[in-house]
Amino acid sequence: MGLRGTVPLANGFNCNEQVQVPGSFASVHLCYGYSVNRLRCQIHPMAALKKETVWQVFHHCLHISGIERRRILSVCASIAESSIKGLGTEEIPVESGKEDNAYEDPLPYGLYPYLMPKHVAIIMDGNSRWAEQRGLPSTEGHRAGRIALTEAVKLSCKWGIEILTVFAFSTDNWLRPKTEVRYLMDLFQFVLEDELETLKRENIRLCVIGDLAVLTKSLQTSIVEVEEMTKNNSRLNLIIALSYSGRNDIVQACRRLARQVEDGNLKSTDITESLFEKELETSCVGDFGSPDLLIRTSGEQRLSNFLLWQLAYTELYFDDSFWPEFGEAQYAEALRSFQRRHRRFGKRVCNKTNGTINF
Amino acid sequence: MEIAGKGFPWRWLSSFWLWLLSGIRKIMLWIIMGGPIPIHIAIIMDGNRRFAQKQHMAKKSGHEFGAESLMQSLKHCYEFGVKYVTIYAFSIENFKRSPEEVEALMELMRQKLQALLEKESLVNQLGIRVRLLGKLDLLPPILRQTAEKVMARTMTNNRAILNVCVAYTSTEEITQAVAGAGRRFEMGVSVDDIEGHLYTVGCPEPDLLIRTSGETRLSNFLLWQLGFCYLHACGVLWPEFSFRHLFRAVLDYQRAYPYLKHRHTGFQQEKI
Repeated sequence: MGLRGTVPLANGFNCNEQVQVPGSFASVHLCYGYSVNRLRCQIHPMAALKKETVWQVFHHCLHISGIERRRILSVCASIAESSIKGLGTEEIPVESGKEDNAYEDPLPYGLYPYLMPKHVAIIMDGNSRWAEQRGLPSTEGHRAGRIALTEAVKLSCKWGIEILTVFAFSTDNWLRPKTEVRYLMDLFQFVLEDELETLKRENIRLCVIGDLAVLTKSLQTSIVEVEEMTKNNSRLNLIIALSYSGRNDIVQACRRLARQVEDGNLKSTDITESLFEKELETSCVGDFGSPDLLIRTSGEQRLSNFLLWQLAYTELYFDDSFWPEFGEAQYAEALRSFQRRHRRFGKRVCNKTNGTINF
Repeated sequence: MEIAGKGFPWRWLSSFWLWLLSGIRKIMLWIIMGGPIPIHIAIIMDGNRRFAQKQHMAKKSGHEFGAESLMQSLKHCYEFGVKYVTIYAFSIENFKRSPEEVEALMELMRQKLQALLEKESLVNQLGIRVRLLGKLDLLPPILRQTAEKVMARTMTNNRAILNVCVAYTSTEEITQAVAGAGRRFEMGVSVDDIEGHLYTVGCPEPDLLIRTSGETRLSNFLLWQLGFCYLHACGVLWPEFSFRHLFRAVLDYQRAYPYLKHRHTGFQQEKI
């Protein structure tokens, strides 16, 4: 009798290890493999396991290895429901529909594929300070920032992140010197035209959010064209926040609902949080508009009016490097930090009082 | 050899130690007061249960220690000259916890609020007005009545304000503000309309957010208001939070202040 799946183990556990589950007669044989979408553990056939014990096994694994409970929840539920009877093995997919070789290249050390955040947001801060440090004009900083963004997009595709939102230009940034603003607008236009082929080839969908009405006509046209040409791509959703403000986003959602109320399709008392969320600009990616992880570079610890509603339960990570210096090592470290965290969404993770696990 | 007998000057030593600590504290206060003080501090008090687990105590004792730590921290904040303090006491999501824990927390809050009604309580000594923010009709009636009494009794206090967020989530706050601004729909909704209907109406935006227990996330707290706030994550659990941690948080805020101020002046001109 046994259950087969793979649990990636950190914190000192190696492959093929037998672990005694505290408080039960069961011992668990843990096998580590690179078949990352399956949970593999063999439960000793001599153990008389009840449902509670199975939960304890996984709680023990989760507690020791620090794996995000939410991801393993579906596996535990199917094991508990299956109620082990007799001999045999059972393979339980952690996330059904995914294949073992979904990712082309291995991840950096310490990163687990099914703990990857689905949606990462980045505040790309520090271009000007990077340039100033090197005695260069700020335009060079923005150009170096563009290269860093290309790299981040490439890594996101490689590591299986599905949505990447980047804060390119805030409504506050309009108050910067006119030459810098003009350069940035020209840079955005150039990048859109230059990267279109790459987006098509790499199957990346581009969405631009923000107050686009204040942009130049040619930039607006380029944005619409690129969005149209990439709308069916599915490998990565790249959302660029241009002339964006989190509060403006909420206000525009409010206005959209106002129009529906005026048209008589909705009563103002029927406005709920989920309805509201559908009207935000990040709803272009459906229900996954809220990032799992927000990275801000340059060491500043604040949100700068970016995605305020959507950041309700987002893990925040502040990196000290400037944006042009943000590369694979920094990105991997941010993701490692995310994977180590326990996300509770306001609830309790488990109840140990009677030995059962309530997720 | 008798190292410490009856003749050993313990009393003298402990007086000296207290005098030294008080001196260090005064120096730290003097350092802090030399720089910009945040006018509004928001605090997410996280880690009570983990503290109780660490000390091998019952769960509810963690919350009681947390309440004690809160009183001390408030005293320090108002000593610095902070005018507004907003604390995240209980989220709407926390109602999904076990009924025993929720009941214990409600009872603890009722007791602490009841204690604030006394004349010699901290809020009356320091002239603090207490406001409870959130969807208060989710609270048990007895707690709600006590809360209303506290709000009424402290309404005339005007030296500082304490906002206690109970049965609160920021997304619910914004949704109700949007519904509340609904009468303006035909005239077009603006940032001011929404701000006018938030629970924190009348308070400036927080300058500093402190979250304890090492987590760096907002947990649906003051999302609208934290647009330009300095976020400080503190590694200690909330019951262990003390003057030196507050000192460190304010010092970090002061170090980031010149850049924060430079960036934020632009935003204040933005209105829809």
